[in-house]
Amino acid sequence: MQTATRRFRAVDALLIILMLLPLLCGIVIKILFVPPGEGMDISGAAVFFTIPLPIQSMPITESQVNSWLVMLFVTGFCLYMTHGIRAGVKTRRQHLAEWIVEKTDGLVKDNMGEYFAGFSPLIGAVLALSACSSLLTLLGLFPPTSDLNIVGGWALLVFCLITYYKMKCGPVHYLKSFAEPVALLTPMNVISEIATPVSMAFRHFGNVLSGVVISTILGAALTGLTTTLLGWLPGFLGDIPFLKVGIPAVLSLYFDLFSGCLQAFIFAMLTMLYVASAFPMEDYFQRRELKKKTQKQSTK
Amino acid sequence: MLELAIGIILGCCALGAGAAMIAGIGPGIGEGNAVAKACEAIGRQPESRGQVTTTMLMGCAIAETTGLYALIIALLLIFLAPGRFVNILMRTLG
Repeated sequence: MQTATRRFRAVDALLIILMLLPLLCGIVIKILFVPPGEGMDISGAAVFFTIPLPIQSMPITESQVNSWLVMLFVTGFCLYMTHGIRAGVKTRRQHLAEWIVEKTDGLVKDNMGEYFAGFSPLIGAVLALSACSSLLTLLGLFPPTSDLNIVGGWALLVFCLITYYKMKCGPVHYLKSFAEPVALLTPMNVISEIATPVSMAFRHFGNVLSGVVISTILGAALTGLTTTLLGWLPGFLGDIPFLKVGIPAVLSLYFDLFSGCLQAFIFAMLTMLYVASAFPMEDYFQRRELKKKTQKQSTK
Repeated sequence: MLELAIGIILGCCALGAGAAMIAGIGPGIGEGNAVAKACEAIGRQPESRGQVTTTMLMGCAIAETTGLYALIIALLLIFLAPGRFVNILMRTLG
C-alpha cells in the first residue's frame, strides 16, 4: 500500500511537470529566440526557421510552436486530471474532472440534440485549445489565436464538418440545397456557404488581435507619457515607465481574460450551431426508413 | 516629387484606415440595443437570466463581425498597403 501511494505520488509529480514544462519551454524560447520589440512594434509571429519544400517553403513560426505547446499543456492537464480515476472513489480532482466532462456533455446535448452527443470531445478540445491559446498572453507569450492561419485552420475543420453533415443525404441533396428557396439565389447561397468559415476565423482572430493591438498602443503611449511627465528625474529613475505599472492590467483583465474565454466559448458555440443546423435530420431519417423498407422487400 | 508621392500614399492609407473604423458605429449601436433588450428581459423574468445572457453574448459576437471586418481592413491599410503601393509606384517610375 505504502509503495503504491508513493508510486502514485511520483506519477502525479511527473504529470504536473509534463503539464508545466511546455509553458516554461515557451517562455524560454521567447527569451532566447524572439527579438524584443521596441515601442509600438506590432509585428506578426516571429519566424524561427523555414523548411524548404518543393511547392512553397514552410516557415515555422512562433504561433505554430506556441500552439503545439498549448496542445502539450492540455494533454498533460487531461492526463493529470484523469490519473487514478476510479468508480466510487471521490477525490477533489475526480470531482473537478467529472464536472468538466458533465458540463461539456450538457452543453453539447442542449445545443445540438441527442444525435450529436458524440461531439462533446471535439467541442471540449476546441474550448480548451482556444481558451488556453488566448490566455497565453497572460504569460507574455504570443497568443496563437492572434494568427489568422491557426484560427483559419480551425474554421476550415468546422467547414469540413458542416459539408460532411450536409452530404449525409447524398451529393444530389447537397447540391439541391443551394437552389433553395429559389434557383435564382444559388450564387448568394454559395457565397454565404464560403462566408461561414471566413467570418468564424475573422471573428476569433480579430477579437484577440484587437486586444493585442490596443494593449501594445496603450503601453507605448504610457511610456511616452512617463518620459514627458517624469523624464526630469535624475539618473535611471527617469527611464523607468512608472505609469505603465498597473494601468494596463485593467485592460488586460477585459481583453485577455474575459475576451479570450468568451471568444473560445463563442467559437465552440458557433461550431455546434452550424454543424447541428447543417444536418438535414428529417430527410436523413426518412431516407433511412425508405432504404430499410426497400431492402426488406428485396430480401422477401 | 517622389517624397511627395510617398507622403500622399502614407497619408491616404492612414486616412483610409481611420475612415474604415467608422464602421465601429454599427456594431456599437447594435450591441447596445441587444444588451438593453436583454436587461429588459432579465428585469421581466429574473429566473431566465442565464439563458438570456448566453443568447445575448452570442448575438453580440455575431453583430460584432462587421466591426471586425472594418478592423482587419484598417490593419491591412496600416501595415500592408503602404509598402504595396510604394512598390507599385517605384515599378511604374522604373
